[in-house]
Amino acid sequence: MTSFFQQWMPYEWAWGLATVAGILLIALPLMLAVAMIIYADRKIWAAMALRRGPNVVGPWGLLQSFADGLKVFLQETIVPSASNKALFLIAPIITFTVALIAWAVIPFNSGAVLADINVGLLYVLAISSLGVYGVIIAGWASNSKYPFFSAMRASAQMISYEVSIGFILICVVMWAGTFNLNAIVRAQEHHVWILNGFVFNPLLFPMWVMFLISGMAETARAPFDLTEAESELVAGYQTEYSSMSFALYWLGEYANVLLMCALNATLFWGGWLPPIDWAPLYLIPGIVWLLLKIFFFFFIFSWVKATVPRYRYDQLMRLGWKVFLPLSLLFVVLVSGWLMFTRYGV
Amino acid sequence: MIQVFAFYLFAALTCIAGAVTILARNPVHSVLWLIVAFFNAAGLMVLAGAEFIAMLLVIVYVGAVAVLFLFVVMMLDIDFAELRAGFIRNFPLGLLLAVVLLVELGVGIGAWSVGGIKLGTPDGTAAVPQGASNIEAIGLLLYSKYLFLFEAAGVLLLVAMVGAIVLTHRKRTGVRGQNVSRQVARRPGEATVNVKPEIGQGVSL
Repeated sequence: MTSFFQQWMPYEWAWGLATVAGILLIALPLMLAVAMIIYADRKIWAAMALRRGPNVVGPWGLLQSFADGLKVFLQETIVPSASNKALFLIAPIITFTVALIAWAVIPFNSGAVLADINVGLLYVLAISSLGVYGVIIAGWASNSKYPFFSAMRASAQMISYEVSIGFILICVVMWAGTFNLNAIVRAQEHHVWILNGFVFNPLLFPMWVMFLISGMAETARAPFDLTEAESELVAGYQTEYSSMSFALYWLGEYANVLLMCALNATLFWGGWLPPIDWAPLYLIPGIVWLLLKIFFFFFIFSWVKATVPRYRYDQLMRLGWKVFLPLSLLFVVLVSGWLMFTRYGV
Repeated sequence: MIQVFAFYLFAALTCIAGAVTILARNPVHSVLWLIVAFFNAAGLMVLAGAEFIAMLLVIVYVGAVAVLFLFVVMMLDIDFAELRAGFIRNFPLGLLLAVVLLVELGVGIGAWSVGGIKLGTPDGTAAVPQGASNIEAIGLLLYSKYLFLFEAAGVLLLVAMVGAIVLTHRKRTGVRGQNVSRQVARRPGEATVNVKPEIGQGVSL
């Protein structure tokens, strides 16, 4: 895009303008996607509970999210008098911003990526590890019991699952031989016979299953939504929040879920590549494949939310530390050993 | 142009955040400012072309170490009067520590500027490995020349981890833990009994 703007202006200005345009091109459709995905989530959830779901605002209730957005926008922002005001207001902004900036390295098509950096996957890990701060700061700044419990739970939960996610990603990186997300997608081209995607590899398929489950824990989605377990903690860290500050959490949470779905698609299911390496399928643009995959994984997330009961906290910790961590470590050894024998010929 | 601007922005924010870390009255604010300092230091690393180190700084320090810091500090019952009471008593120790750090810094810079340490070149330009990305360059050094030191560091960390667990782990009695494999292995036959009691006799379990 820089070269397009360079027709009219010097390189620096063109670069700056291209970057801003790229950010807007990703962030604005993402916000729209988040609004629609909240609607889709409620519809899927309702269908599985044999309800109708939102069906009043707009055709088939399509405008429900926008009506909700307008509602919270018009409400009064209440800041508790005992809270730490500056941190209380910064916390939702952190959650929301962090949920958006990780999208900078997601490739939407061959080369269509805002920041094509060679440590792309590490960047995603770094940004997703920042996400917990929004929750912790909110819990502490609210100066209230239940948000504080929720913040404690969130920090322990996210650190636990980041460990196994790290090992899972190491397996992917070893197989792809790079941290660049675009190159990781390319490495999945006809990975197994004519199938595009690491997930068809028997050594990496279990890693994908673990990544999907860890992703649910990392984004604090059901069945791991202990940070906002309404039967124990009212609404968790969001208890004291109202109006737009609450909406920012809402949007940030769903943007994070979409990011996890995009990572699932990019790292294991071939990103913008069609699932089968067959020439006519390449006529469909890559971004369509990516969006289809993202929606498929979001459907899985919704499906799980609608059907699986919430984990108890000790079960969550057990799953993270006693099941996923040893298993992912074992697979790091297996994958590196297999690559040593086959690719590097020891 | 934008590099210079970014450098001064990150550098100034790092210094300010570092200063506020020790000046802030509330320990939680201190930790949060420390996180800001870490983050801006990572920005400086990116500008220096060390993006791998920058990402590791954010992942390890901001994403894990500082979260645990915050975890502990948030749970402290803070008594400000008591915090300040120890200041005079600990002042000589603090001064000594500051002097030691300053001398170390001076020695380090001195040794580097005369070429004693092979980190880049004395005129300040970093030694850029030719034809290898950041990660490859570090990997090539770490797993060949410094393999023994790297493994030794790993073993040291493992020992420290095991030691910490052994020291703090205590076996509590009377805890009703969940044994998942036992629960899963349970069959209806062993969990339920079907009895037909005589009227007025009741059932003994």
